[in-house]
Amino acid sequence: MPSFVITEKCDGCKGRDKTACQYICPNDLMVLNKDIMKAYNQEPDQCWECYSCVKICPQSAIEVRAYQDFAPLGASVIPMRGSDSIMWTVKFRNGKIKRFKFPIRTTPEGGIDPYQGIAEVNQGSLKDERLCDELGVELVVPKH
Amino acid sequence: MAEMKGSMTSTEVLNNYTIEEISTDVLIVGGGMVGCGAAFEIKKWAPKDMKITMVEKASIERSGAVAMGLSAINTYLGDNTPEDYVKHVANDLMGIVREDLIYDTGRHVDSTVRLFEKFGLPIFKEDEDDSRTIAEGARPLRAGRWQIMIHGESYKVLVAEAARKALGEENIKERVFITELLMDEKHENRVAGAIGFSLREAKIYIIKAKAVIMACGGTVNVFRPRSQAEGMGRTWYAIWNAGSTYAMGYQAGAEMTTMENRFVPNRFKDGYGPVGAWFTLFKSRVLNAHGEDYMQKWGHMLQDYAPYGLAKVPATCLWNHVMLKDWMEGNGPFYMNTSGAIKTLFETLPEKRKKSLEADAWEDFLDMTVAQAGLWASMDIDPAETNSEVMPTEPYFLGSHSGACGMWVSGPEDLAPKEYQWGYNRMTTVNGLFTGGDGVGASGHKFSSGSYVEGRIAAKSAVRFILDDSGFTPTVHTDNKTLAEKVYGPMITFEKFKDYSTESNVNPNYIKPRLYLFRLNKLMDEYVAGTSTFYRTSEASLLRGLDLLNRLKEDAPKLAAANLHELMRAWENYHRSIVGELHLRHVLFREETRYPGFYYRTDHPKLDEQNWKVFVNSKLNKTTGQPELFKKPYIEIVPKN
Repeated sequence: MPSFVITEKCDGCKGRDKTACQYICPNDLMVLNKDIMKAYNQEPDQCWECYSCVKICPQSAIEVRAYQDFAPLGASVIPMRGSDSIMWTVKFRNGKIKRFKFPIRTTPEGGIDPYQGIAEVNQGSLKDERLCDELGVELVVPKH
Repeated sequence: MAEMKGSMTSTEVLNNYTIEEISTDVLIVGGGMVGCGAAFEIKKWAPKDMKITMVEKASIERSGAVAMGLSAINTYLGDNTPEDYVKHVANDLMGIVREDLIYDTGRHVDSTVRLFEKFGLPIFKEDEDDSRTIAEGARPLRAGRWQIMIHGESYKVLVAEAARKALGEENIKERVFITELLMDEKHENRVAGAIGFSLREAKIYIIKAKAVIMACGGTVNVFRPRSQAEGMGRTWYAIWNAGSTYAMGYQAGAEMTTMENRFVPNRFKDGYGPVGAWFTLFKSRVLNAHGEDYMQKWGHMLQDYAPYGLAKVPATCLWNHVMLKDWMEGNGPFYMNTSGAIKTLFETLPEKRKKSLEADAWEDFLDMTVAQAGLWASMDIDPAETNSEVMPTEPYFLGSHSGACGMWVSGPEDLAPKEYQWGYNRMTTVNGLFTGGDGVGASGHKFSSGSYVEGRIAAKSAVRFILDDSGFTPTVHTDNKTLAEKVYGPMITFEKFKDYSTESNVNPNYIKPRLYLFRLNKLMDEYVAGTSTFYRTSEASLLRGLDLLNRLKEDAPKLAAANLHELMRAWENYHRSIVGELHLRHVLFREETRYPGFYYRTDHPKLDEQNWKVFVNSKLNKTTGQPELFKKPYIEIVPKN
């Protein structure tokens, strides 16, 4: 289901240091047309519908329209991603709506200390198979 | 369509490009689960002055197979032993696996899962009121014997944040596509770096490195997909996995293994949403059009594939095999019995879990395959009322899921037999070239957590490798212009011929990446056991396919790219064609049907344990440019009962 950009809402991320959708798309699909300062999906049939662009767009200008070669028209799935949870609104073709909210992380954004609880100076040996958080762990080997 | 308005055009690039040379110690190619695991681990072992550089074709927050998110971590041992894990993986992959590597991943994986929880990954607990972490003693909610459920929408975002902090922003180059590895000019069979280009600037990168960790995932879209228009994008595995790991490793001279293997997942039709939770958590079954359980109906067929068919959970390919039999008998389509499963669950589940059941079912899709939720909405499907169709997909190549493609790597010193061990854990047969995840062959079922583990292992090994040979300085080809013109080759071709015709996509002088891909897809599908032949092929068919593939590869130098985006597609699709050739050659070499349900050699329809319980490996002969194929012995490490 390719992503599409709503003309009226997209401001080309003018006031920002980068075009958000272009920055995030894992498949290099979203691109800014500098002539009109609007983004678009340059290769819709290579869109995995990962929603990365939809989730990151500061203007909520990007949505996804079902792949028309197998999906009937009229439904939508729209996320609102916050700093610790995501809210999904699923609209069915018949008009029914379902909403779901799920947590996405338990640490503040940018708050990860990767080596928390791991000794500052690694006392481990490069010559054995222990990883950096396995100091003192007895690594098992197959029983024969 | 020809010259897109956003990406830098070939004219702009070729008139203005610069070459940036980078000297580093360790180069990590790919910022997925393996790359991020490597980034985390390496800083704890590398001396302060050792330089680490990561290169990624996208942005690491949303790159690799976990970019969208995941609803489960599929490898967490918990109460299982590494021996149990080896038995499970060996059976699922029809016996031919590197048990040393699987065991090794198994013994490290739980500490890595605890690390993810520390980063902030929300993990479901058996008791939902238990607010402790796994490290503090909580028990994760099992979705199956090996799987635990997560709220994993931001799984990759978390892992990337940790990697970014570990390496430092200045050491991560994003939107840079690596086209090939560079070999050392002075030392035989030693990697010395890589070359690639920026997707955002007119810039070539020539990166010299003492060790390279190559981790660009598996391969999608070698075969013609079932969907033909927009739906092509809805591949089961991440569509941006272009086979670069295998293609670049192979071209550098790395020994490849088990490239005849492929994965044909049986998934919700068209949306390709996950079925795992439906099977293992919701206890659902797939029924044929008449409401019959094909496994019960044709279960006796599994006896032909002892011992792999007789295990409590038969090998994944055999489930497909039995279903395809029922299909051939005219009993399709097939449906996941979601309504029956929900009905049964409502009779047995405690009140509290009933409430979350619907949300759990939808989250399974929304976390990792939003398209499937969209398809259910488009079709007005309430899983409690309406069953959903399932169907085996087009084939995929990978080494981390129920698949075993990849490079032949050294195992760990303390448990690998000497035949599988050459000094540095997860080093390929090319000195200094390491890999993990989809890059490591014959050891599937590591999934996201196990892939991260392998990145960590490779990182530690790479540091040791460099320190053991501290006098080494990489020497690469010095003619930068020649190197750059190879990378930009498709743009040079486009510039030369683009004005010959009025529509630049139709021009007799070149082939666009899109058409190169379609030509590959068509021949792989028709001759190498794609969906249109229901996964069947034979020697005669493979040889015909090889003839067509060779002609395609002859046309590869005529690939043309109008802009940087298309240049990436040119290189990706070229990498895909190399993976296609490797697969074809391996299928041709293995004269038996080892993975029925994934593919059939109709001229050798049986499993042949006597002659073929061996690895099929291959290696590029750099003189002839052709692969050489040979057998490697399978050594059992964990006895099966």
